[in-house]
Amino acid sequence: MPPLAPERLKAFYVQMTRIRRAEEAIVARYPEQEIRCPTHLSIGQEAVAVGICQALSEQDVVLSGHRCHAHYLAKGGSLRRMFAELYGKATGCCGGKGGSMHLASPETGMLGASAIVAGTVPIAVGAALAAALRGSDDVSVAFFGDAGIEQGVTHESLAFAALRRLPVVFVCENNLYATLTPLSKRQVSADVWPRAVAHGLPGVSVDGNDVLAVYEAAAHAVARARAGDGPTFIEAKTYRWREHVGPNFDVELGYRTQAELDAWMARDPLLRHARILETSGVLTAAERLALDREVEAEVADAVRFAKASPFPEPAALYADVD
Amino acid sequence: MRELKYREAIDEATRQAMAKDERVFVLGVGVDDAKGIFGTTRGATLEFGPNRVFDTPLSEAALTGVAIGAALRGLHPLLVHARNDFLMLTMDQLVNNAAKWRYMSGGSMRVPLTIRAIIGRGWGQAAQHSQSLQAMFAHVPGLHVVMPATPADAKGLLLTALTTEAPVICLEHRWLYEKTGPVAEEAYYTPLGHAAVVRQGTHVTVAAMSLMVLEALQAAESLAAESIAVEVIDLRTARPLDSETVCASVAKTGRLVIADTGWRSYGVSAELAARVGRECFGDLRAPVERVALPDVPTPCTSALERAYYPGAAEIGAAIRATLLVRGRAPAAPSVEARGKEFSGPF
Repeated sequence: MPPLAPERLKAFYVQMTRIRRAEEAIVARYPEQEIRCPTHLSIGQEAVAVGICQALSEQDVVLSGHRCHAHYLAKGGSLRRMFAELYGKATGCCGGKGGSMHLASPETGMLGASAIVAGTVPIAVGAALAAALRGSDDVSVAFFGDAGIEQGVTHESLAFAALRRLPVVFVCENNLYATLTPLSKRQVSADVWPRAVAHGLPGVSVDGNDVLAVYEAAAHAVARARAGDGPTFIEAKTYRWREHVGPNFDVELGYRTQAELDAWMARDPLLRHARILETSGVLTAAERLALDREVEAEVADAVRFAKASPFPEPAALYADVD
Repeated sequence: MRELKYREAIDEATRQAMAKDERVFVLGVGVDDAKGIFGTTRGATLEFGPNRVFDTPLSEAALTGVAIGAALRGLHPLLVHARNDFLMLTMDQLVNNAAKWRYMSGGSMRVPLTIRAIIGRGWGQAAQHSQSLQAMFAHVPGLHVVMPATPADAKGLLLTALTTEAPVICLEHRWLYEKTGPVAEEAYYTPLGHAAVVRQGTHVTVAAMSLMVLEALQAAESLAAESIAVEVIDLRTARPLDSETVCASVAKTGRLVIADTGWRSYGVSAELAARVGRECFGDLRAPVERVALPDVPTPCTSALERAYYPGAAEIGAAIRATLLVRGRAPAAPSVEARGKEFSGPF
């Protein structure tokens, strides 16, 4: 793979920073009780969303699950409209009717998210089927977690995508836990990807905290899909820093250890990429701080926008239903 | 007017929809095989070929999600199931996704998706191949459920479904497949949520759906000999449910019998009875009667099947009950006794 241009490398950093700062703003604002919906944060997992979406073009589409902020933002969703959605406002990306678990931005290719684990995996396959039937070279991506492979519908989807060689990339974001339950209590193997291989599609495992590794795997999978060579399964190993749902850390619950969390925080995907950029001279520490300030201003603006926006009128309750 | 069988009307509607709209394609288990879902997808297979009519693995849940995804990307899938019992495998996709995607996205996306599924009956098909599950789907805001009783409506309602930018479930009764009736040759579109008065009468209203419309007409014919004039309404769609047409009839007759192909409890008959009780309480001169399946699963043996399925005789008895006319149930042969068209095995 040819080396990435410095501007692309910086874009990776900005994208990850935007997700991180946005979710830190949620953490900060949550106690105000104005964000009144369950939020599942992906702090620590940003490299997966960014590495994958940076390999996509604008007309490609993604689908996601309950932990969807990162995918929405990485696929170009508006930060203002995301915060407005979290605040339940009429200006939200779903008019306040979806909330944190159902972010959507069809105009940028984010087709939505289901709060039922793996619920959108077949939908991504269907988007790929539509591309194949219409003869377009659009690619679709299904984002799901390690528990997603425990759902029957995922296996059905993998098998059908392989059978028809559909242009879809399955991205399993393995963060090792389903709520409080570790992978070892739910699955025989610590690796998810071999189960895709059993269905007849290539499976790969990548370091999900290394945005460049994720990008490289994604670029390869997307090129395969676009060329008509069929689906690919990418398992990105990563880690959720905070509780399953909500803004807090939760090591005190005892289902994981502080040492484990510390080890994963030491592999912070954002700092790791920043160090690479600094060492290679792409981005100095001062330039990075300036970029951080810009993103922080953008997030602050989005929060202001959300707070200042109106709630939907009561009549909206009955709109948008067939 | 030319007559077609119910199944031929479905086949024609499918082909006409596909000819008019290149977004429409057909998928499902066995749709392109030699039998083509009792002939209903055979014509489309021969006319449009494997890019627009294709078989699928037996993965009903995923294929429903696949259809939703294709719909979100601008196509209009027609997903076909040989039995509506198989839809139980797809409830997450139907209820949590198809029905809600438009609402959850604040109206920025729609799901133009048509699902056909067949209600089985008889020949010992037992508890998992003969259910009539319209109430399950009709309960969910965001889903439409249509239940055509005639070849004309089988065509008109399917064509409407295939031009509706929303999920529509078409439930077709297997016993109607060989029935014939007049069907216009051109494409036409029967609106959702409009019941049809199929027989005029002044004494009692019978509101029925699907196969029960035929049973109701038989009961009405039988009672006409006793000068009891029964008005028969074909509900045609379970959701939206046209209670207005029913209430207009009840305003005239003061009496209502509801004949449902599904179970008695928590069903479409309960919903309609509740609406009539609310919307035209003052017009009712007798309690609303319901003719529906008893609250047990379908048995296999024909001895128990006969006791399980109500027909014209039970509708006749219910009509008499609303009139407070005692006496024997009219000797109305049921569809099963009259016709020998369906001899199984499927």
